[in-house]
Amino acid sequence: MCSLCGVIGGDQHWTDAAARPGVYTRNVERLDRRRERARRVTAVNRVLAAFGMGLSDWQGSSFVLATRTGKSEMIEDLGHLWPAAERLAGRPCDPLDPVLIARMESVSDG
Amino acid sequence: MADIPAFTPVHLLTGFLGSGKTTLLKRLLADPALADTAVMINEFGAVGLDHHLVERIDDTMVLLQSGCVCCTVRGELAEALRDLHSKRERGLVPPFTRVVIESTGLADPFPVLSTLKSDPVLRHHFRAGSVVTTVDAVNGLAQLDTYVESNRQAAIADRIVVTKADLCPGNAALVRLLSRLAELNPDAVRHIAAADGPGADALFGDDTAQRAARLQSASGFYCDAPAGLVTADGTPHQAAISSFVITVDTPVDWTGFGVWLTMLLNRHGERVLRVKGMLDIAGEDRPVAVHGVQHLVHPPVHMDAWPAGERSSRIVFIVDGLDPNLLKRSFNAFALAGKAADSPQPEAAAPVRNAQSP
Repeated sequence: MCSLCGVIGGDQHWTDAAARPGVYTRNVERLDRRRERARRVTAVNRVLAAFGMGLSDWQGSSFVLATRTGKSEMIEDLGHLWPAAERLAGRPCDPLDPVLIARMESVSDG
Repeated sequence: MADIPAFTPVHLLTGFLGSGKTTLLKRLLADPALADTAVMINEFGAVGLDHHLVERIDDTMVLLQSGCVCCTVRGELAEALRDLHSKRERGLVPPFTRVVIESTGLADPFPVLSTLKSDPVLRHHFRAGSVVTTVDAVNGLAQLDTYVESNRQAAIADRIVVTKADLCPGNAALVRLLSRLAELNPDAVRHIAAADGPGADALFGDDTAQRAARLQSASGFYCDAPAGLVTADGTPHQAAISSFVITVDTPVDWTGFGVWLTMLLNRHGERVLRVKGMLDIAGEDRPVAVHGVQHLVHPPVHMDAWPAGERSSRIVFIVDGLDPNLLKRSFNAFALAGKAADSPQPEAAAPVRNAQSP
């Protein structure tokens, strides 16, 4: 639980797995954790741009997902991101959508 | 007495109606190797525990001669598991080191795994172990042809036990069933049940060690020759379940991969029956193993070393009706290193400013 806001911690997502012997995670040192969060925001924004949305870090503890018209939602981790993104976008965010794949490919090449 | 592990593995025993789950369980319960195990079943009566029964703990729980705790699940599984955990903490039951749950013949095993991960108490004390699926050698093929549950149970298994092989007339049918299972789930270990095997350790032994060891076998995977698409020759769901491998030599971007897999599982989780892979992560010397069942992904495992001379990412997918080529293209576009990290960021929506932002 966060002592500041009293929010009870949600699921531990596999991309933020707690450091335990044998577990691969970047959720170890403070700097690694923050660096990974920054990289995640960048990587997610590459995808969300196709839906007219963006993600930003909030205090190193949550993320804020926002549309261009200002609708926004706070999310905890990648597990909560996509359902929220689909809700705000009003359409499915499908990584198997050929149009989206083509867009990601052209972004990578450019 | 064995120490209680920080996270007690919960193994799942599943299989179609009449496929021999209970018979297998009955034999295993007498095995001393299962002594430090708590077994959750639907009813005592079906297993015929009476002559093993030495001590009744309460209405739903008994202690077997082998030292194994056995309890029946009434209603909520989560409640039963919490009760079991509480009793262990208070010393009312022996300190078991693993749990085996026998699921009903028609149940989709996925919700059980999901319960373990989302329950606020359970997720700190238990983790998902192996899924063991029994398949009937006599009726198995017909069940796979007819019932989607049967396919799903076979597809998400870590270990498959083929039962009643001795009742199978001739060898041909058994061979056909085994190859069919290999197509459905190239990654599972297949056992044939006999009077004295497979033992409890083979089925419910240390799954993490085995999982990693297997990934590090000479070929990297124990599905050396992954089966292609199952050809369309019958009912639609049957034709749809297929397995394939994505192999890439370019290092994978861990962040990009996480974004891609969560996005894929959010949209298609029910149809991605299994994903299991060994990844060459950019910036990491050692391989990382990922393992997922439908919406649920286990914590990634950092492995010791690459198998000799083999340094490339391999991911096995078992999917229900998704196009493998599209999936491969999507993976390449989202998750390869050098693409995700360094490319200029396209214009995203304006970053959010709020009172708390610096």
